[in-house]
Amino acid sequence: MDNNDKVIQVTNLTKRFGDFTAVDSISFEVGRGEIFGFLGANGAGKTTAMRMLCGLSIPTAGTASVAGYDVGRQAELVKRHIGYMSQKFSLYSELTVKENIALFAGIYGLSRREIKDRSQSLAKSLDLGEEMNMRVGILPMGQQQKLAFSVATIHNPEVVFLDEPTGGVDPVTRRRFWELIYQASAAGTTVFVTTHYMDEAEYCNRVSVMVDGQIKALGSPAELKQTFNAASMDEVFRALARNATRNE
Amino acid sequence: MRTLLILLRKEFLLFSRDKFLPKIAFIFPCMVILIVPFATTMDVRHVAVAVVNHDPGTLSRKIMASMDASPYFTLTPVHSQPEALEMVKDGKADVILEIPSQFEKSLATGHPEAPHISANGVNGIKGMLGAQYVSTAAMQAIGSYMGMSGEGKVTVNYLYNPTLNYRDFMIPALMIMLLIMLCGFLPALNLVSEKETGTIEQINVTPVRTSVFVLSKVIPYWIIGLVVIGIAMVLAKIVYGLWPAGSLWAIFLATAIFILVMSGIGILIANMSATMSQSMFLTFFVVLVFVLMSGLITPVSSMPHWAQTITCAIPPRYYIDIIRALYLKGTSVAGLAPQYLALTAFAIVLNVLATLTYAKKK
Repeated sequence: MDNNDKVIQVTNLTKRFGDFTAVDSISFEVGRGEIFGFLGANGAGKTTAMRMLCGLSIPTAGTASVAGYDVGRQAELVKRHIGYMSQKFSLYSELTVKENIALFAGIYGLSRREIKDRSQSLAKSLDLGEEMNMRVGILPMGQQQKLAFSVATIHNPEVVFLDEPTGGVDPVTRRRFWELIYQASAAGTTVFVTTHYMDEAEYCNRVSVMVDGQIKALGSPAELKQTFNAASMDEVFRALARNATRNE
Repeated sequence: MRTLLILLRKEFLLFSRDKFLPKIAFIFPCMVILIVPFATTMDVRHVAVAVVNHDPGTLSRKIMASMDASPYFTLTPVHSQPEALEMVKDGKADVILEIPSQFEKSLATGHPEAPHISANGVNGIKGMLGAQYVSTAAMQAIGSYMGMSGEGKVTVNYLYNPTLNYRDFMIPALMIMLLIMLCGFLPALNLVSEKETGTIEQINVTPVRTSVFVLSKVIPYWIIGLVVIGIAMVLAKIVYGLWPAGSLWAIFLATAIFILVMSGIGILIANMSATMSQSMFLTFFVVLVFVLMSGLITPVSSMPHWAQTITCAIPPRYYIDIIRALYLKGTSVAGLAPQYLALTAFAIVLNVLATLTYAKKK
């Protein structure tokens, strides 16, 4: 992996809220097209770290570059090259599928022609027919999540950040969602994903485990299992999270 | 520019899909203009007068007859002052008129004994105005009895609102209140609801410029506000025959600037609050101060000096000056230049502040 292929480079990134250090000097790199799992217990600092990488939160110390831009000084440039899907479902539920696609594609500067094309290809890949003209709010949860992912990647970003994208859906629907992630990764988009599901952690190329604001383990699922002498990622996670002092 | 149009389209789609907002935004103004002016009249009518008449002469009966004929008074003759006081205590009388026994005779001697008027001060306005009405009515009756032509009488001529119709004063005030409510509350609630649903996060992570986003929140209410004022003016014309004496475009110019002021405030409030209830409370406080301190209800000139100084920092004060002057006096824009300039300055400062305090990142 040469330097050009490191889409995310993080060095001693820190975020403090008053006396509380939410993210404590974390460092890592993520390569192009990689699926990077960002694990950690609740309150470990995952979302805060991810928000800094997305330019939504200003780092207290340390540096991070995403798609070649500094997240502190060039946040608006970072935003052109990333997609983000938050924990909360955040498309406009009163707008139709088509209108949401047109809105976000338009914001990212896609032309009218491109919007139409993307809209049609999404309808096909997500298997949406009449639903295209229905309000997003009445679609089933699984479909909403797939749609949110597709909207977050509508402008073919270099990196897509997913914050617990599959919360609250059944395993079959989750599996389908991961198929979308694989497709994006195969097309060269780097995927940065937080999750609480350890089966999903197994699907990642590499994972990091955060405990109390620090990264305690980093490597491919196979490597981590070997290091911790564990049969599954679930055991790896338990072994690390046991020592956590923060809860919730 | 294209981004702005895309965001505006979103705002209008969301507004039209809302089950509640479009109705409220248009029905509420109609209700206010149609109903409130009838209810909040400050013209005092049906003042209950207890008359203690000690004079058996014709003059006192004339005074009573002329008052009885007027819609302003409801007369009840009583026998004694204590009886009249009892009526006031029971709330059956607002004013007592006591005519001394030698009243008519004393007039002829040139040293008249004055009729005595006392008013219930509990309902201040009714008491004060009622006592005034009673004394005016008595004076008129006495004047016509003595054959005075109008010589030596004091006459007051009210300029611009010749009938001193409270409604003419009230209707422009109501229109202003509508704008304060609609264009202050709605943008604040709209923005905070995006915070609560999390959609704002999705916008913040895009390269949309803050100024463009703020504009997309201001412009819809700008249009709604102008439409609402138009409706209110037409209604005021149809129902009350009240039409601005000054130029229409001058009114719309002032309104356009004022709406920018209010929505700037709304967005500032939204930036400061994380939840709907916080923003509601803040907006309510601002609206209350605006309505009570801007001269909308009580004239600025009768406030204490320190309060008058404060009103200079309250933007609706200038808008009220403009609207009243245009509606009732027909003043020219040039005559109102200071007010227009003050409003414009507020609009610029508040919207710049709204843009600067909008935090895309923390």
